[in-house]
Amino acid sequence: MDLELLSRLRNGDEEAFVMLVARYHESMLRLARSIVSSEAVAEEAVQDTWLGVVRGIERFEGRSSFKTWLFRILVNRARSAGAREQRHALVESAHVVDPTRFDTHGQWADPLEQWAQESDDRLEAAIWAPILKSALDELPPRQRTVIVLRDVEGLSSDEVCAVLGISGGNQRILLHRGRSRLREILESELRKD
Amino acid sequence: MLILRPRDIACQQAVELVTDYLEGTLSRRDRRRFEFHLRGCPNCPTYLEQIRLTIQATGAIETDDLTPEAKADLIELYRRWRSE
Repeated sequence: MDLELLSRLRNGDEEAFVMLVARYHESMLRLARSIVSSEAVAEEAVQDTWLGVVRGIERFEGRSSFKTWLFRILVNRARSAGAREQRHALVESAHVVDPTRFDTHGQWADPLEQWAQESDDRLEAAIWAPILKSALDELPPRQRTVIVLRDVEGLSSDEVCAVLGISGGNQRILLHRGRSRLREILESELRKD
Repeated sequence: MLILRPRDIACQQAVELVTDYLEGTLSRRDRRRFEFHLRGCPNCPTYLEQIRLTIQATGAIETDDLTPEAKADLIELYRRWRSE
């Protein structure tokens, strides 16, 4: 689908541009916001990326998916526009689950609750998605970027590494912390009901 | 063949292996230990399931639609870029 639009874009087809924008613009903004700290800078980075696409579409060789190529351009623009301060980096805990949840033998002190007993997982997922959407904002930026690319946008781990220029091991650590934190937030929200 | 029973790990260690387990990047030995722990633990299978549900629900986060204003701005930019 993208490939057809891209060949139309090469021929200067405005409608193809509009369709690509409709498909990716909001995803790009979400990704940019996880890298830079101001909305204005995020919007500028996304706009710059579109300019880069319009001017540099000939350089897209089709070796990666268009989405991966697009996100990589965006990450580079956003980073050079000014990455967030990594204030959380040094105080991040080594544990992904609050240590007080375990007894002295490292076993769960209290039983965990089943979340989706005999119900439709997909239905639950749709209900919980808004909780997770706001929970994303609570993640440290680098974790949020990886979660957005991997779990929201559905990129593979290799693609995430290519977009961000990080190692597989580094990606897994960020993914691990991010997913664990999202589970924790979801758990505390579900307990409120 | 003698099959050694893997040494059990604590829940607190098991939760740290979950992502590597789901990514398929645990060593064979660690995977056996992790799965052995899951079979005997009343809580960690629930934890793993909660992580799976979290991933699934994150994948269901919807992307906002582009506003008509943003779309109009981008079309205007496109026309300017093309004419430059």
